[in-house]
Amino acid sequence: MHLGVSESMRECEYSQISTRSSTPMETPYKKRTPKRRKWESFPGRNKFYCNGRIMMAKQTGVFYLTLVLILVTCGLFFTFDCPFLAKQLTPIIPVIGGVLFLFVLGTLLRTSFSDPGVLPRASSDEAADLERQIDVANGSTGYRPPPRTKEVVINGQTVKLKYCFTCKIFRPPRASHCSLCDNCVERFDHHCPWVGNCVGRRNYRFFYMFILSLSFLTIFIFSFVITHIILLSHRRGFLEALKDTPASVLEVVVCFFSIWSIVGLSGFHTYLISSNQTTNEDIKGSWSSKRGKDNYNPYSHGNIFTNCCAALCGPLPPSLIDRRGFIQSDMPQLAPPTNGISMYGATQSQQSHMAAATPLLQQQSSEPVILMASPENGGALPGRTSLILGGPCTSLPLGLPTPPTSTPSLSCHEATDMLPMHGHSHTHNHSHPLQDPVAHHHFLTPEEVPSPPGMLPCGSPMGHSHTMQAGFYNPASQDSLHEDSVRGLVKLSSV
Amino acid sequence: MATEFHNLQELRHSASLANKVFIQRDYSEGTTCRFQTKFPSELESRIERTLFEDTVKTLNNYYAEAEKIGGQSYLEGCLACTTAYLIFLCMETRYEKVLKKIAKYIQEQNEKIFAPRGLLVTDPIERGMRVIEISIYEDRGSSGSSSGSSSVSGSTAR
Repeated sequence: MHLGVSESMRECEYSQISTRSSTPMETPYKKRTPKRRKWESFPGRNKFYCNGRIMMAKQTGVFYLTLVLILVTCGLFFTFDCPFLAKQLTPIIPVIGGVLFLFVLGTLLRTSFSDPGVLPRASSDEAADLERQIDVANGSTGYRPPPRTKEVVINGQTVKLKYCFTCKIFRPPRASHCSLCDNCVERFDHHCPWVGNCVGRRNYRFFYMFILSLSFLTIFIFSFVITHIILLSHRRGFLEALKDTPASVLEVVVCFFSIWSIVGLSGFHTYLISSNQTTNEDIKGSWSSKRGKDNYNPYSHGNIFTNCCAALCGPLPPSLIDRRGFIQSDMPQLAPPTNGISMYGATQSQQSHMAAATPLLQQQSSEPVILMASPENGGALPGRTSLILGGPCTSLPLGLPTPPTSTPSLSCHEATDMLPMHGHSHTHNHSHPLQDPVAHHHFLTPEEVPSPPGMLPCGSPMGHSHTMQAGFYNPASQDSLHEDSVRGLVKLSSV
Repeated sequence: MATEFHNLQELRHSASLANKVFIQRDYSEGTTCRFQTKFPSELESRIERTLFEDTVKTLNNYYAEAEKIGGQSYLEGCLACTTAYLIFLCMETRYEKVLKKIAKYIQEQNEKIFAPRGLLVTDPIERGMRVIEISIYEDRGSSGSSSGSSSVSGSTAR
């Protein structure tokens, strides 16, 4: 099966290469082999754009709705209300509106497009090692044992770490597996369809700033549109005023419904941030005192100020999945040789590296919190829940504490222009392939290293050139440093 | 059975991957990045306990430095926010700087300490910060070791 998979993978790779790369596949023995980026073989259900710079969930329809709402409402505001207000009151109004609008859009895109903190799946060796340890602990049985958990004491509280059958790891505390994206996400907050992405460790602050700024924006637009109508109706009467500015009516309606949901959501998340909880934990009541007298949140820093600062201004970890790195099939595997071909699976290297791409813009959601029990792909792990903030078409929460935003309302989203993508300078740096001479290929000759039977050869067979970028930190250089070390140990053969 | 690799030249001609040891994360202090300093039994014949523990402890310190919440990180965060994160086009985050230091440290350790003992430490960032992977290389000329055979049975359990 594995060789069959490898063949089909190779074929996929070949066909991709033929359209993208100029390197013809008739010369498979050349050092210059076609390079595939890791995002192309990413195991989760994510969509990637701009050659791996942008990462979103699979369903993005609601995100476009959000964008349209923001753009349309703001567009109407700037076109129909601002000229009047600038003349009658002060020209600062459009300026502030513009700044708010840009900020909202920036944070929205940042939340939507960045990696929320996806944990890469375990390499096959790691998974095998874990399995072995679990078998030793359980006593091997012929069928799958019950869900595996590990207990750990964090700051005096006992926390259960669950084993993820899809990702084959024990999830770190506060991580959760998103069934929609099919990824484990660190400090998983919820999956937001309005943002088109999960909200996790790496984009939570952008999400929060988005809903906060959107609250201000909707209140701003709402109040000034009302002002506009009132000022007009002083002159001409109320109905005449409405006829003059029909757009304002639409804006008022959109903003009115949005304010309830978005302001409420901002308040809820402000509470979460100040107590250092995730939406997931709050919904489940993990740290609620109702569970027990001694139940407290072990992650809280003690006071509100520190919690807020840590959540919003703390260090931003880099992405662990290195979407724009090149796949390298150079990791030696622990398996007996099945044939003479040195075929090295790239699943390890797939999950390696942090991306040098800086997080992009972000977005918000404003819908009731829904708790759904979703079975995992790889196995029956009962009780796994994924948290989804649903739109108007989703059902109401199951009696769990929710923010006062339970009216499914359309959020008032305005947007005019997109902020440029950030962080490209980072990602560009490791996209310069350097074709290394033969000696730099760090894979072993067939007789030295057994080829793994079960590897998915995401990388191309035989040699892989990798990017070597000296002096600039990027995942590729990580690999090259590692590679240099391996070279020191292992004979490099020329192909 | 202890294989002695006196220099990299010997390794070059005779090393083959025998086993991999995974040092798991230590979550007892929360979600910050720490690795367990427990000495794995497979390395007992390979490297001194103190050397191993020093390496892991230094790595833990580096990660703690990267994730430290203090004046500098707040400053960086606020500055980034006010510039709409455009500042990161020109500047590296502190975390990334520390990760570079870690990569350099691991390479040094590999060259000086681990490679002469037939071991190779993989940077945790390449494994999604889940584990420190230590590869154990065997002299091909030596007879099969117990660690070699156990690795085979382990990996075929997939």
